[in-house]
Amino acid sequence: MVPPGNLDPSVSEAEAVLEFRAVSRRFIAGGRTVQALDNVSLLVRRGRVTGLIGPDGAGKTTLMRLAVGLLLPDQGRVTTLGFDTVRDSLAVQATVGYMPQRFGLYEDLSVQENLDLYADLQGVPPEARAGRYAELMRMTGLARFTGRLAGRLSGGMKQKLGLACTLVRPPRLLLLDEPTVGVDPVSRRELWQIVYRLVQQEGMTVLLSTAYLDEAERCDEVILMHEGEVLGHGPPQIFREPLRGRTYMVNAPGTSKRAMQARLAAASFVIDALIQGDRVRLVVEAEAPPEPARWFPEIEGLEVQPVPPRLEDGFVAALREKRPQGGARSGTSPTSAIMRTGRGTAEFVIEVKGVKRRFGNFFAVKGVTFQVARGEVFGLLGANGAGKSTTFRMLCGLLPASEGNLRVAGIDLRHAASAARRRIGYMSQRFSLYGHLSVRENLHFFSRAYGLSGKQQRERLDWALGQFELDQMADAPSMDLPLGHKQRLAMACALMHEPEILFLDEPTSGVDPLARREFWRRINSLAEQGVTIMVTTHFMEEAEYCDRLAIMADGEILAIGSPEEIKRLQRTTQCPDPTMEDAFIALIEGKGQPPN
Amino acid sequence: MPPEESTNVSSAPSAAHARRRRLSGLIRKEFIQILRDPSSIAIAFLLPVVLLLIFGYGVSLDAEHVPVAVVVEEPSADTASLVSGFQGSRYFEPMMLRDVESAEKALMSRQVLAIIHLRANFSRQFRQPNGAPVQVIVNGTDSNTGRLVLGYVQGVWRNWLERQAIARGQALVMPLEVQQRVWFNSRLSSRDFLVPGLIAIIMTLIGALLTALVMAREWERGTMEALMVTPVTMSEVLVGKLVPYFILGLGGMALSVVMGIWLFGVPLRGSVWLLLIGASLFLLAALGMGLLISTITKNQFVAGQVAIITTFLPAFILSGFIFDIASMPPIVQGITHLLPARYFVALLQTLFLAGNVWSVILPNALALAAFAAFFLGASRRKLRKRLE
Repeated sequence: MVPPGNLDPSVSEAEAVLEFRAVSRRFIAGGRTVQALDNVSLLVRRGRVTGLIGPDGAGKTTLMRLAVGLLLPDQGRVTTLGFDTVRDSLAVQATVGYMPQRFGLYEDLSVQENLDLYADLQGVPPEARAGRYAELMRMTGLARFTGRLAGRLSGGMKQKLGLACTLVRPPRLLLLDEPTVGVDPVSRRELWQIVYRLVQQEGMTVLLSTAYLDEAERCDEVILMHEGEVLGHGPPQIFREPLRGRTYMVNAPGTSKRAMQARLAAASFVIDALIQGDRVRLVVEAEAPPEPARWFPEIEGLEVQPVPPRLEDGFVAALREKRPQGGARSGTSPTSAIMRTGRGTAEFVIEVKGVKRRFGNFFAVKGVTFQVARGEVFGLLGANGAGKSTTFRMLCGLLPASEGNLRVAGIDLRHAASAARRRIGYMSQRFSLYGHLSVRENLHFFSRAYGLSGKQQRERLDWALGQFELDQMADAPSMDLPLGHKQRLAMACALMHEPEILFLDEPTSGVDPLARREFWRRINSLAEQGVTIMVTTHFMEEAEYCDRLAIMADGEILAIGSPEEIKRLQRTTQCPDPTMEDAFIALIEGKGQPPN
Repeated sequence: MPPEESTNVSSAPSAAHARRRRLSGLIRKEFIQILRDPSSIAIAFLLPVVLLLIFGYGVSLDAEHVPVAVVVEEPSADTASLVSGFQGSRYFEPMMLRDVESAEKALMSRQVLAIIHLRANFSRQFRQPNGAPVQVIVNGTDSNTGRLVLGYVQGVWRNWLERQAIARGQALVMPLEVQQRVWFNSRLSSRDFLVPGLIAIIMTLIGALLTALVMAREWERGTMEALMVTPVTMSEVLVGKLVPYFILGLGGMALSVVMGIWLFGVPLRGSVWLLLIGASLFLLAALGMGLLISTITKNQFVAGQVAIITTFLPAFILSGFIFDIASMPPIVQGITHLLPARYFVALLQTLFLAGNVWSVILPNALALAAFAAFFLGASRRKLRKRLE
């Protein structure tokens, strides 16, 4: 047992806003016992922003719910703002602000009605409301939309309204559970500005969990969790610094970036190899051989430049120790030699010309034009409601265009949408799996739906189970799979009929960085074999993996080109080396706020 | 570390004030949601209207204008006067035929429900001491209607005999005479019997189905988690759900009663106040059951299915609304005691058709109160401020 008193003598009583002491918590799900938290002790300090990071199933949400007394610990003690969460859960809930993952909004209530409800529930006196509402609306930029139903708001606006509802009575501790999942970079940046203002002006303490490690980098302190344990806790640099001198940017003009990445990742001393535009970012072991220039003599014209480490490097390195098997290390293409599609030259497999889509009086897509070549990875980026999903649905033949020409795999979608559909694979944001069916049954169903049968079907089934490392859990119901496995299964289902073109709609939303790397490893190897990939994402880092990308806002394409070209467009004197996020935000803001 | 601002529930006047504000906030929210969601309005107001119209106009347990084939092989004055008895009756639509074969065909093809067959020697035999045989063939597929038709045929037959006897100047001698009096529903109209029971069915639907959906909706949409991390107590959440749907349910009830009385002319012999009290008790039980289902399943689809199967269907079949409980097998009769609808149907039928019969009203009202207390208590116990 941990003795009473603070764990860290350097933290005074008054500084600790949230304290976990040797807390354990188990769940029983589907007959299995899951140790969601295992002997966790930690302190969250007053007036700071603490980020909670970790792969899926690390116990982040459980920790949040324990902190607000929605769950009780099996062992140990949780003290929030001086209250014991078991004895005084109501007092805890009357003083903290907590925004659950789905924001907790009533979609059939207007913005104002949602605010009124939470003001009533939080006991905000009527005379204090006008001032507080005005402040919150100014902070979130929702003042123009108070009469709009919450369900009609874009994802980013919902998130800000959720935050406003949590803040109607200024809490001393604000807990945000993955507040930025599925939200575009502009809205994310606005949310962060609000969070900083709350901390600086109102002295609030913030604990937030996130899958975006660049966000965690902005926190005062970071807690890294893995399978219910705390692996590390401290300012971001304690995760970064051990990696100093072990991070490089690698460039080899004339070599395909994907081939280069696969080659680099295969080296035994490489921890992480990540495509960034036309270069590859490399993280190596401490015991890596000296003289980076000699590491890969077979790659011609290789330039290796040291770069400063990032939090993400520390994250990946820490988790690779915990999960040594699999991951980006294995450089061999998992899907090699199976896909039959041949490598073409500059043949366009997707051609979009002047395409518009109207819903009533509203144009969701206002005339977009682009081409995608065979074997290309093409990214579609944009704020929530920019028209990405509509464009996607039209390309998949799920929605007819109001105007313009769409050709996919050489087939005009107006005349033969179903013929085109047979040659494309589609993986939706929600994975569209049958939760009660097992992995094998899902694969069986989807392959049958695409007309596979007999020997061919059996072969593809074996291929999918083997290549996606699903054979261990072939008979488990798909709803019980971890998120990363669900994502793999969804991708396998979309590939059963060996499509020429694969459409991926936010395939990695909410998936942790390791699973994301593995996912992209598969995507890259598919592209190497000539499969054309079209993908939407909110991760700017993933935009770097694309060959070319288009940035959309308000139904129009703002910019189109390779990641380097797009970044170069936004180069200014203040910002000589813009990141993809900088470029994205500059483009969107240059266009002005969409007239909602 | 002591809390800086006291938000403790015990600080008296402001705490009560805050509680009232939370409750009114929850209730207002629920009303807005009801008004914006056409499906709950439809269940509360459209459904009673549709069900009452169907049952009031469409469904009848009475047999009237029953098509019958009358086969007269050899018309005479006697047969003509007997047949006119059928033609004059509101219960029959006679179809005149000359031979039994075509009548049988008509029976087979369901054009007629019965055949009345008068043989060629009817007039002759009628005056003999042994009398004349009249053949009656009834389609017994629907046993209930079959029995009713048989009874009506005998009634027509008896009337005719009486008239014949009077015409001959002699009294028809019967060994005993039955003096019939029908109490409560003196017209023996099945509509007067069905409509009060139907109100119970409608209330079951409004109460259980609506509330089963709404609590599950909070879980499904993730709003329950946000609600829980406010100072609100689970009792307040429960009351916040009860009040709006109680009012909605009473609205549906009032609509049904008004339609029953004004449109269908069903008498209301008992007190309106007793009706209101009985309806309130039943509504609390139904709402409690809906909330319990919703709290346990946490899923709208499952909650809806469970609500229909455990409340509406049993209420329809086992409440005595259509089928007489006394003629059910003992085991099934036992099961009916577990249904709040059973007590409410008895209460309604008594209040509408008989009046304030305390010996019926009191035990049924007590049973309803017990159900309400049980279901509401159980949902309060099940609804904990935890995400387990």
